[in-house]
Amino acid sequence: MAAQNRLAEAAPAPPALLVEDVSHSYGTRRALEHVNLHVAPGRFTALLGLNGAGKTTLFSLITRLFDVRSGRIRVHGHDVTRAPGEALRALGVVFQARTLDLDISVRDNLLYHAALHGIGRREARARAADVLAEVELAERERDSVRQLSGGQMRRVEIARALLHRPRLLVVDEPTVGLDVASKSVIVTHVRRLVAERGVAVLWATHLLDEVAAEDDVFVLHRGRIVADGTATTLIAQTGAADLRSAFSSLVGPAPEEPA
Amino acid sequence: MSSTVATRRGFTPGQYLICLSGIVWREALRFTRQRERFVSALVRPLVWLFIFAAGFRQILGVSIIPPYQTYVLYEVYVTPGLMAMIQLFNGMQSSLSMVYDREMGNMRMLLVSPFPRAFLLISKLLASTAVSVLQVYAYLVVAWLWGVDLPPWGWLTVLPALALAGFMLGALGMLLSSAIRQLENFAGVMNFVIFPMFFASSALYPLWLVEQSSPVVYTICRLNPFTYAVELIRFALYMEIDWVSLAVVAGMTVVFTLGAILAYDPSRGLIARRGGGPG
Repeated sequence: MAAQNRLAEAAPAPPALLVEDVSHSYGTRRALEHVNLHVAPGRFTALLGLNGAGKTTLFSLITRLFDVRSGRIRVHGHDVTRAPGEALRALGVVFQARTLDLDISVRDNLLYHAALHGIGRREARARAADVLAEVELAERERDSVRQLSGGQMRRVEIARALLHRPRLLVVDEPTVGLDVASKSVIVTHVRRLVAERGVAVLWATHLLDEVAAEDDVFVLHRGRIVADGTATTLIAQTGAADLRSAFSSLVGPAPEEPA
Repeated sequence: MSSTVATRRGFTPGQYLICLSGIVWREALRFTRQRERFVSALVRPLVWLFIFAAGFRQILGVSIIPPYQTYVLYEVYVTPGLMAMIQLFNGMQSSLSMVYDREMGNMRMLLVSPFPRAFLLISKLLASTAVSVLQVYAYLVVAWLWGVDLPPWGWLTVLPALALAGFMLGALGMLLSSAIRQLENFAGVMNFVIFPMFFASSALYPLWLVEQSSPVVYTICRLNPFTYAVELIRFALYMEIDWVSLAVVAGMTVVFTLGAILAYDPSRGLIARRGGGPG
């Protein structure tokens, strides 16, 4: 037993997320082709791609909304197909589409999520208060979700995704349609989670100003990973002046950042 | 390599209970917040009881048929049918809310819970059943105030029948929800499921009357699982068990539930074949 423990200690930690040779089709339409991607523990990893690149399909596979028919996906070493419970436990998700229940309060949304992770009522209340305070929405706890702005809803979704203390957070286009201030609060908060708590993040976006030079980046285009590395290395590899130009050279013109 | 690091730990029975109660609680919360839903669930059968039954009582004779020991008023005859109707509409409402949840994204949060998907779906069905049973009892109180006389113990003995019938109809709704692409298509469910199921059953008229007027419709009524839900409730209300109805309702519950679980299973289901989002 002691020898086994030593072995386990000696083994390197698996990636927070490992996507190996994953392909997916909708009928005859190929959405993902042989996608390989990894997110290291405690790293902010950006998944860049235009609309229709396959980001949401990949998220649906990671979260097991769709079955992985070709390839393999592991979350902290747990195969999402063979051990979905363990994989989903280690995973916090913010989908591109809003997933809050508009008819109940902010706190009730969080308590419902806690129940879906088997967290008891008392513990859930304490955690809900903590995560809401972190996203600066403690005072809106009892308000109906319907009363919140788009940015506030997003912050609640991020708070909810963190309620069960996942080690990997996957976030799909979280800032689309938000104003600059809301966007900044969200990006800052998620980056703080990475820096202070070592949470690994997969951040899917087509907005290049959300990517920092040292971030790991994967560029998804028409269902394929066409480049990967840090933002700095991508710029260097493509010989571009900045990430926008590098991205454009890989996939075509990048969308304009909202003012 | 990773297997040494990634250790498995399951959920305790207590955590399963927390998850189940959380799903039931959310359903109850939504129901209480949507007062119109409660009112319409109550008004619908009451309209039938107050207006339809009053008109029919003069033209429709109900002879002595089990479980009744004597002639009964049409209001009494139709009450189990209206109770089942509440559950039928609730099951379909629940299906509608699942399609809405799927379109709005709420459904995803349920499906990405680490608990087994079959458990999550069954919990959702139990939640919907609990709501439908509450609606039925609210209706029974009003019916009793209206003068519909039912055996006092029947209020208690009908509970298991309501639970089973509610579960069956909820499972049917869930199965249908997996096949409905958009909310707009839900009108089809009204036309092709709710109305035929309700009218081609023993809810409003005894089957011997149907047989006299149309053997074909009689056969359809016999093949309709809703007929057996109505009869199960009718007999339970009079502290009796109609074994055929019990067997059919239990069997169809299993079939519909398995169908719904398969439909929502990512490896087999229909959901994954629908295409992804924009990203």
